Amino acid sequence: MTSMARAAPAPALRAERLGKRYGKAWGLRDCTLTIPAGAVAGLVGPNGAGKSTLLQLVIGLLDPTEGRVRVFGETSRAHRAATLRRVGYVAQDHPLYRDFSVADMFRLGRRMNPAWDQPLAERRAAALDIPLKRKVKALSGGQQAQVALTMALAKRAPLLVLDEPVASLDPVARLDFMGALMAAVADNSLTLIISSHVVTELERVCDWLIVLAGGTVRAAGPVDELLARHRLLTGPRTASHSGLPGVVHRADSDRHSSLVIRVGPREPAVHPAWQAQPVGFEQLVLAYLRGGSGARLEPDTRIEAVTR
Amino acid sequence: MFRFRLDASTGVPPYLQLVQQVRQSLLLGYLREGDRLPTVKDVSAELAINPNTVVKAYRQLEHEGLAAGRPGQGTFITGTLSAAGPGPYRALRLALERWLRDARDAGLSEEAVTALISVVRQDLRKEGVA
Repeated sequence: MTSMARAAPAPALRAERLGKRYGKAWGLRDCTLTIPAGAVAGLVGPNGAGKSTLLQLVIGLLDPTEGRVRVFGETSRAHRAATLRRVGYVAQDHPLYRDFSVADMFRLGRRMNPAWDQPLAERRAAALDIPLKRKVKALSGGQQAQVALTMALAKRAPLLVLDEPVASLDPVARLDFMGALMAAVADNSLTLIISSHVVTELERVCDWLIVLAGGTVRAAGPVDELLARHRLLTGPRTASHSGLPGVVHRADSDRHSSLVIRVGPREPAVHPAWQAQPVGFEQLVLAYLRGGSGARLEPDTRIEAVTR
Repeated sequence: MFRFRLDASTGVPPYLQLVQQVRQSLLLGYLREGDRLPTVKDVSAELAINPNTVVKAYRQLEHEGLAAGRPGQGTFITGTLSAAGPGPYRALRLALERWLRDARDAGLSEEAVTALISVVRQDLRKEGVA
């Protein structure tokens, strides 16, 4: 490591060859990635891709089988107060005590978190029209999600991890939840990691993307850069482009083929029979997910340096 | 207060949609010099988008000389796009409406109208008019 790198502030997240084995099967393997402070990172992949395993390693609910993960420079260890304190967590089912009132939940939060911000919690509840006296079980699904988010925000943790936070919500509650989350990002210097298997949900909010499949990282980096470094090529189907470098995914019909490829910093020179177009967010994610294990953007490689 | 919207189906990046909406509203007179744009927080909360996207759009508007940030107060419209006053603007709009109706009555499709406009514009550009 150079002295320059040592002087730079620690990234919000740094995973090095991180792996978790359940019995004989690896839930996550050889995961190396960096998320800078202030990023809103989307973690996408199909069910069983290893998303929840990665998140639980980050927040300190699991210990890794190999490698390690650091949050703001400090290694995450399962069930240690120092790890748990640094990360806010919103789980998929927004677990709250159903017989508790909202005020009870806040009291619990205050007792368990030294940096608990009670005024913030009460302000948010008031802004959302959620009465403090109301029992959790009497709240709507959207309100329960908002209380879970408020609990995580009032912890005042610099990193917030959300595991499928809107999966159980209707479209209006989804938009409200994401809007509230983005307002919190605008207000504070927060780093977010949001997992979802609904790609369109993440497109508007993420500036950083991690594609996970089969327990390995397929692609990771800033969204703008990833989009700029890929193209969709369409043209007549021939056998000759099978050996092209940088092909992420290829789809053939009888007469024509479309390929998602990695390109260098300059616009690629394309044969006149072929058309090169920019790729969209969803298209890029799908290309890496469908491309199989061969479609992998090596971690920590400058994208323009990747040829295969 | 000016309100933004987002259309997911256009394929236009969100930050560019915000910039285009301000430009269009300036052209149509919905926004005027001195108007305040909503805060970054309000826009990102209402549209559920990354605050950096809004910041990027506002920077682009500043770069184009159309808006300026005043510390502690917000972002304000400082420029104007339409050279024509409201009178000439209305007359031009009516003339265009009439022309589009004629084109439709003559059987021109929307695609044909667009093609015709761009061809005429190209010819005028060659003469140095448009």
